[in-house]
Amino acid sequence: MSNTHIDDRTLRNIANLARLELSEEETAVFRGQLEDILGYVDAISKLDVSGIEPTSYPAPVFDRMREDVPHESLDREAVLRNAPEQAQHQIRVPKVIAEA
Amino acid sequence: MSLLSLREQLRSGAVTPEALLDDLAAKISAGDGQIGAYLSHDLAAAKAEAATVDLSLPLGGIPIAIKDNMNVLGQPCTCGSKFLSENYVSPYDATVIKKLRAAGAIPFGRLNMDEFAMGSSTENSALQVTRNPRDLERVPGGSSGGSAASVAAGSAFAALGSDTGGSIRQPASHCGVVGLKPSYGRVSRYGLVAFASSLDQIGPITNTVEDAAIVLQAIAGYDPLDSTSLDLPVPDYLATLNDGVKGLKLGLPKEYFGEGIDPQVRARVMAAAEKLAAAGAELVEISLPHTEYAVATYYVIAPAEASSNLSRFDGVRYGHRAKDPADLDELYRRSREEGFGPEVKRRIILGTYVLSSGYHDAYYTTAQKVRTLIRRDFETAFQSVDAILSPVAPTAARKLGEFANDPLHEYLSDIFTLSANLAGICGISVPAGTITSDAGTELPVGLQILGPHFEEAKLLRIAKVAE
Repeated sequence: MSNTHIDDRTLRNIANLARLELSEEETAVFRGQLEDILGYVDAISKLDVSGIEPTSYPAPVFDRMREDVPHESLDREAVLRNAPEQAQHQIRVPKVIAEA
Repeated sequence: MSLLSLREQLRSGAVTPEALLDDLAAKISAGDGQIGAYLSHDLAAAKAEAATVDLSLPLGGIPIAIKDNMNVLGQPCTCGSKFLSENYVSPYDATVIKKLRAAGAIPFGRLNMDEFAMGSSTENSALQVTRNPRDLERVPGGSSGGSAASVAAGSAFAALGSDTGGSIRQPASHCGVVGLKPSYGRVSRYGLVAFASSLDQIGPITNTVEDAAIVLQAIAGYDPLDSTSLDLPVPDYLATLNDGVKGLKLGLPKEYFGEGIDPQVRARVMAAAEKLAAAGAELVEISLPHTEYAVATYYVIAPAEASSNLSRFDGVRYGHRAKDPADLDELYRRSREEGFGPEVKRRIILGTYVLSSGYHDAYYTTAQKVRTLIRRDFETAFQSVDAILSPVAPTAARKLGEFANDPLHEYLSDIFTLSANLAGICGISVPAGTITSDAGTELPVGLQILGPHFEEAKLLRIAKVAE
């Protein structure tokens, strides 16, 4: 069905962009499935869409902003309870900056 | 039991909200083990709410079950995913939940779904299998399979689902109940865990068209917390429900009745159309010429938006976190690898690919332009007809595991529903009889009725006659 070729390197690069670690098995399975799907999706490239405006949202809703008034935030304790790790009322994450 | 009759019984004192909750809990305990519609329920919390509910409200004292991708304060919201099933508890109510509570309803029970609403069978839930109550060897449809199965099995009086490419209408069709996808912008998406933001809508799954009107009445309307909800008046959906179809023109798109559709499904849908004609509607053949590109368009746009929306699941603020990561980057990658199931990973990768440098214009921009053509097809059609009739799906519910390793085949089964999401119009699935499977079981078939933006009242009117 598909002429679209995705090699393992391309797939790993995409997975890296998506911050997904894939096993060897997943890489093999996804590669064939993505080739099939993208091969099917290629159908849209046969249409002449020059001069057609793209549709981002299907309803005429643009640039509407909320009133700039203070309102209640989510409950801090309830939000922190969902954090996998917390310390001193803040979410704890691994070190971001490497040592020199 | 219909919502109106429940309301009468509650107001007359023939039954109490607590007794209704006890009945549902007993049904879940007795029968849901086989079906697997519910992921969880909190009877004590619901009873506490029932004790103070105002029975004079439109849904006063009536429990409504909720698909597990909508936030209900203090309850889990797993999205059918390992990522959120370990410890996430909603710190707020979605707007639809606030509106249900304001109408007196009691949100009760969390319903199974395809992981992050990605799928057409509810087999992609990481937490459990949901089976079709009409035939336990078959899927209930998806991704709101738990919602449709609970209503069909009688373990919910009504439920909320979400529809990104047909995820309310298709499971409603497969389970023999009513499923309504409102127009984009009619119902707030605030508090719905986003899959594809330009396509998602919340809507009711119910036993009857009248019940769908009642629930829509409660949840529809502008929400300042959702910048894509529209500030338009909400009509009285019950006031026009019995106005009939006399004088309405109903379109039959030739592209929806061609190859690939089960002849028995086609026959049931045509019989439903003839019923509407007998009630005074005029049937007109129409064309939606870009239908053949809808699946391809959808499977560029939806994964692209999903890959962006699901980037928030990173193991930092909530949900699954990988143990002992070396650094932040490893925390992201391993948390996502361990937390997401295969369908979600497949769509994230597909979405990232079509948005990546070198492919963005060829796939994503082109798909958005084709989306315009699909939208225009409907605009043209609605200049000559009031609504469009079609099948919901090419076949009745399939067997569990049938498309286990063939995602493209599964994607193609959404062909009749996802155009409505791309165009943002409203659609409803109404039971249109059954067909007989090879094994002799009776499988429900749905009639899909599509209407112009914000014409839900007309849609419900037509559906009421078809019912």
